[in-house]
Amino acid sequence: MRGGLWQLGQSITRRLGQSDKKTIARRCYASEADLKKTVLYDFHVAHGGKMVPFAGWSMPIQYKDSIMESTLNCRENGSLFDVSHMCGLSLKGKDSVAFLEKLVVADVAGLAPGTGSLTVFTNEKGGAIDDSVITKVTDDHIYLVVNAGCRDKDLAHIEEHMKAFKAKGGDVGWHIYDERSLLALQGPLAGPTLQYLTKEDLSKMYFGEFRIIDINGSKCFLTRTGYTGEDGFEISVPSENAVDLAKAILEKSEGKVRLTGLGARDSLRLEAGLCLYGNDMEQHITPVEAGLTWAIGKRRRAEGGFLGAEVILKQIADGPAIRRVGLFSAGPPARSHSEIQNESGESIGEVTSGGFSPCLKKNIAMGYVKSGLHKPGTKVKIAIRGKTYEGSITKMPFVATKYYKPT
Amino acid sequence: MAMASRLLWASKAASYLKISTFNRAFASVVKDLKYADSHEWAKIDGNSATIGITDHAQDHLGDVVYVELPEVGAAVTQGSSFGAVESVKATSDINSPVSGKVVEVNEELSSSPGLVNGSPYEDGWIMKVELSNTDEVKSLMDADQYSKFCEEEDSH
Repeated sequence: MRGGLWQLGQSITRRLGQSDKKTIARRCYASEADLKKTVLYDFHVAHGGKMVPFAGWSMPIQYKDSIMESTLNCRENGSLFDVSHMCGLSLKGKDSVAFLEKLVVADVAGLAPGTGSLTVFTNEKGGAIDDSVITKVTDDHIYLVVNAGCRDKDLAHIEEHMKAFKAKGGDVGWHIYDERSLLALQGPLAGPTLQYLTKEDLSKMYFGEFRIIDINGSKCFLTRTGYTGEDGFEISVPSENAVDLAKAILEKSEGKVRLTGLGARDSLRLEAGLCLYGNDMEQHITPVEAGLTWAIGKRRRAEGGFLGAEVILKQIADGPAIRRVGLFSAGPPARSHSEIQNESGESIGEVTSGGFSPCLKKNIAMGYVKSGLHKPGTKVKIAIRGKTYEGSITKMPFVATKYYKPT
Repeated sequence: MAMASRLLWASKAASYLKISTFNRAFASVVKDLKYADSHEWAKIDGNSATIGITDHAQDHLGDVVYVELPEVGAAVTQGSSFGAVESVKATSDINSPVSGKVVEVNEELSSSPGLVNGSPYEDGWIMKVELSNTDEVKSLMDADQYSKFCEEEDSH
């Protein structure tokens, strides 16, 4: 996580530059050529995007605005993110719901058509394979988006179980939307801006809802969701129309909605108390430990029937050994792997994400601590580079969420 | 599979530190200062030196939110880390361009770390060092060399 000043502005290959420039040039070429590009790549570069490798893709970490400015602007006006590296797919067939329920903790059957939820794919031990926003489009069609970094393992996992399910006569198939791109439009101007580009009345579409509608002249999958804590949308658009849609959104907002990169996206989701898979949730962390018990449907708690259900249901009954918490701290921002100690200096857990909150102007973090020590207000110490700093456990989200819900 | 995913995410985390460059106005340099290739400056005055990070460095870091200062009296070594700067996303070591003993630190940075962005060569200075080996200064770049060094780095 840590580098010298000299690393800034360097690609990993350039760092090796002093020794052998020719070898380096070749390596540089190979590594950059290996990265996948979204259809918006040139658009990002033209808008000053600083492109970095991310989960096998070349993605903008920021544009000309600083991460601080971008984060604040998202909450004040709005942000447009290219999240085409994420993997959208549909499960189709009359047994889609029954199939998916074997793999996730959500009450998919209980979702009304056109609505969705955050859920977790679990393994046999109850650990999280990935988190995902799933939508029940109709009773025989589920749309979901999984993390870019988890794409290969998620698809392999789904495929393996799908084969077994079909072998027993289950009716389910899938389509992976590699021909589509995904844009996230977030912030208070998301609704008003998008309304210029569609005839659908967006004021009647609430948080978690899904529609297949015409936006800016092309057939889009629209989900009122996001990863910032703000009201907003994720728009799956045919890739050939993605650049036009991005331009139209920026133009209709009169420049107030700004292109925003992964850097601010991370600050925004952290302020909203949302997990980043790979940091705050991993194979060995259960949804209960991660504080996502709310996402385990009531019926699912009674019936089980998903991978690792025994472990998870037992944790719900007995309480988990560790719990995800929010933290405030003094000193330098806590980063992932900083140790969390009790007041007498004993280790009680570890930070999984942390940084400086642009909105609150102080350090925020999330991490896992032993149950019993997880209550808001509990004083802790956080160890950073050999020194300890005062901290306290606090509720999340750090910044109030503004999801668009019926009043 | 777990390992592969870990590596992916590790590369994600590391990527925050490797903010690639794009066409931008060249950062300013100050004529009489000496520069290290790790982007710190030193203002040499006889046997003592004032140390900070360059305009180029602060520009690449973005908003500095915390500066970890060394202790007065601590020994620092040329090319070795003596503290850290934290931006919204990344932690970066600061290396000392000279060896010696820390005689003063800029306490202002504790309450106003943004001085490093706003005034990297003046109000954003980080520490003053009593030099143990004035010969070391010869290995540092002058303003012209450093400008060129930054241009070359950015031109990739």
